[in-house]
Amino acid sequence: MLIAGALMTLPLLAVFAILAGRRDFSHGVVYAGCFVASAALLAGGLQYLGGHSGAPSAVLPLGLPWIKAHFRIDNLTALFLLIINLSAAAASAFAVGYGGHLPQRRRVTPFYPIFLLAMNLVLLADDAFTFLVAWECMSLASWLMVVSDHKDAENRRAGTVYVIMAVFGTFCLLPCFGLLAGPGGDYTFDAMRLRELGSLGGFLVALLAILGTGSKAGLVPLHAWLPLAHPAAPSHVSALMSGVMTKVALYGMIRILLDLHGELSWHWGAALMLAGGVTAVLGVLYAVLQDDLKKLLAYSTVENIGVAIIGLGLAIAFKGDGQKELAALALVASLYHMANHSVFKTLLFLGSGAVIAATGHRSLGALGGLLNRMPWTGAAFLVGAAAIASLPPLNGFVSEWLILQSLFKGPSMPHWAMKFGVPVVGAFLALAAALAATCFVRAYGIAFLGRPRSDAAAEACDVSFGMRASMAALAVACVVMGVIPVTVTDALTHVVRPLTGIDLAVSADLGWPWLSPVSATRGAYSATILVMFGLSLFAVAIFVVHRLGTQATRRADPWDCGHPEDIPESQYTGPSFAQPLRRAFGHTIFQARESVTMPEPGDTAPAKHTVSMIDPIWQGLYVPLGKAVDWIADHVNKLQYLTVRGYLLMMFGTLVFMLLVVAVRQQL
Amino acid sequence: MSQQFSYDIAHLIGATVLMAGFGLLYQRRVFAVLNTFAFQAVALAAAAAWQAHVQHAPHLYVTAAIALLFKAMAVPFALHWLIEKLGIHRTVETALSIGWTMIVGVALVALSIMLVLPVTAAASALTRESLALAMSVVLLGMLMMITRRNAVTQVVGFMALENGLILAAVSAKGMPLVVEISIAFSVLVAMTVFGIFFFRIRERFDSLDVAYLESYRGDRS
Repeated sequence: MLIAGALMTLPLLAVFAILAGRRDFSHGVVYAGCFVASAALLAGGLQYLGGHSGAPSAVLPLGLPWIKAHFRIDNLTALFLLIINLSAAAASAFAVGYGGHLPQRRRVTPFYPIFLLAMNLVLLADDAFTFLVAWECMSLASWLMVVSDHKDAENRRAGTVYVIMAVFGTFCLLPCFGLLAGPGGDYTFDAMRLRELGSLGGFLVALLAILGTGSKAGLVPLHAWLPLAHPAAPSHVSALMSGVMTKVALYGMIRILLDLHGELSWHWGAALMLAGGVTAVLGVLYAVLQDDLKKLLAYSTVENIGVAIIGLGLAIAFKGDGQKELAALALVASLYHMANHSVFKTLLFLGSGAVIAATGHRSLGALGGLLNRMPWTGAAFLVGAAAIASLPPLNGFVSEWLILQSLFKGPSMPHWAMKFGVPVVGAFLALAAALAATCFVRAYGIAFLGRPRSDAAAEACDVSFGMRASMAALAVACVVMGVIPVTVTDALTHVVRPLTGIDLAVSADLGWPWLSPVSATRGAYSATILVMFGLSLFAVAIFVVHRLGTQATRRADPWDCGHPEDIPESQYTGPSFAQPLRRAFGHTIFQARESVTMPEPGDTAPAKHTVSMIDPIWQGLYVPLGKAVDWIADHVNKLQYLTVRGYLLMMFGTLVFMLLVVAVRQQL
Repeated sequence: MSQQFSYDIAHLIGATVLMAGFGLLYQRRVFAVLNTFAFQAVALAAAAAWQAHVQHAPHLYVTAAIALLFKAMAVPFALHWLIEKLGIHRTVETALSIGWTMIVGVALVALSIMLVLPVTAAASALTRESLALAMSVVLLGMLMMITRRNAVTQVVGFMALENGLILAAVSAKGMPLVVEISIAFSVLVAMTVFGIFFFRIRERFDSLDVAYLESYRGDRS
């Protein structure tokens, strides 16, 4: 009821946004409405996860008359409803203050409710037709918002790349569902669950599902659109695209691979793990070298998707091997990471939106010293950055720790490929985690600490109350999800039970609040106790310092952080902070080359230090692909200019060829 | 009259039509092409008449008459008249040399036999053989259309293709007359269209080589 009502509000809001777009107050009204609808959907998801059993479903006479639209809620759907609408509610609340002041607001506001609606419908869909229609609406609505600022050539390019990749993804999903439905053509998910896929059919379904949903989620090398499109949209939309839409894609992957596809062999798990590991490391390496704050966050999304996919792949590998308990553990870890990433990535994107609103800049080179000027935003961004750098006691640590714990059990698999492969992926994950920490130390340090690098940054002041409140709420969510991990994992075990067929007890040995996924002696973590211990230590330290320290007043210069001169150029810059990593990793992967141009003797011009880098995946995969398409198009184009005899010859040739095929098939 | 005898005669006439199809490919003079085409039409009329006699289907006599009057007489005479009136160049301009055309033609006949015989395993022997022959005639007509440059020879190729269709129609038992009349009319329509077409080309370019048309298409800069 709650969910249906909220879903029906959203299209009305879109219509209202179109009709009343000229009035400035209408944008606030629309976003407030979206906030209420998302909150209602969030409550609906919580209510379902809290008590319901069974899976309520509905068949509505929408779409094609003989197909109808099927909807259903099960635990997995409810979990993703939670993940999506928590972030969506925060982004909508942020947009009340943010979205109405954008210059291109009238090209964004009408599509925002549609985008939310489409993402929720993807989760609720119970037949392939509804799923794909909602999926396409999601792509198109977000595409429209990506190109909303279409005067910028870079945004237009982002839109083009995005729409090509979105079409590619759907192009993969269409035959995937077609194979799942089989010749009978029953497109409901129930019918697909019951169907047995042959070995070739199963292979193709898994491959197409991974390509189709992976391209939306940002799996390397299908990620190329993501760092272009996510930053091009306005920040509250970027937050949703990065924090939420990628989760919808992962939902699709889980739904198809673990639910609809009957039996997946462990090979697919191994392949996904490897892809996830490469995605994580490459994503964070790209991120650490970015100068644009939003691009950095978008590449970091690629990394986190990789981490979540490592967990998912591990779950599939364990499940294919029959080790249900470990499969459930890996899946819990993966889902936990998806939820976490949704929260902190939305927070960070909203933070970047606040920075852009306050300074008008998104390049790290123009920021600096914002913590003093924007204390609320700075504090919330710090929590998000610490969480994404997986520092305890925040939520990012718990999920990455759980994924690592389940990776440690990888060598228990009987296949040698996995015995050796799992530690390699584990090393990738550890490397990615360390680099992510560096990346966010750099992002936060350059943007919020030090001295302002531009006048705009020097004159920034904190954003409006609604924007601050939404960021603060997400920061609190980061802390809460980190401090009570056992409560979260208990909820997640309900979700994974139908997918793995086992009831996992993550804290069986020690009980609440200890998280001991493998066994009590192999590793246990309790953020609750850690935080309480830390807080009491802090209190003791304060008490000791204040009681036992000297009370005498002493005057001295404050520490100047090693910058005695008050010029911003003497600080670290974004590129200089990343230089060690660029030299260590970038030299081979990105072909990073540095060159110094010295002025002629007597010339007073400054010396120049330039860095050139190439994107190996763009240059190595997409550019040749584009050239190949161009070449084919050029050559096929000649068919437009054939002679009359040429056309006749072509038809004749086709006819003879078809006849030959028939003749040869008869002989066989 | 035995079954075998009627089969042999039908086979003989069908093969004559096919041979005339090869003859069309072999000719180097436009008038010879027209004569061969007339011969093919006569053979077709004979085939239709023989089928009418064997199947006791009097409407096939009408088909035979149409073939004889229009295809064997009216159309060749009309083309003859056109060529003389327009002063068209009287050699056949080939795109593929005649030797190669013949080889490809033989291959096409082999293909249609290979194709038709297994497909129609359930049908009577007469139908099977005739269908194979008819299909060969159709393919040879198409081959003629693509390997000859001159518009007259292309028209003849098109009509040879129609002959093949009619041969297939008369050999299958119980084909209603409507079909044959429509086919005959379509040939006439095509004839008219191509006639106007010839005048048009002639007026503009002083030649019937279709290559001259190509530079007049709007989409080529």
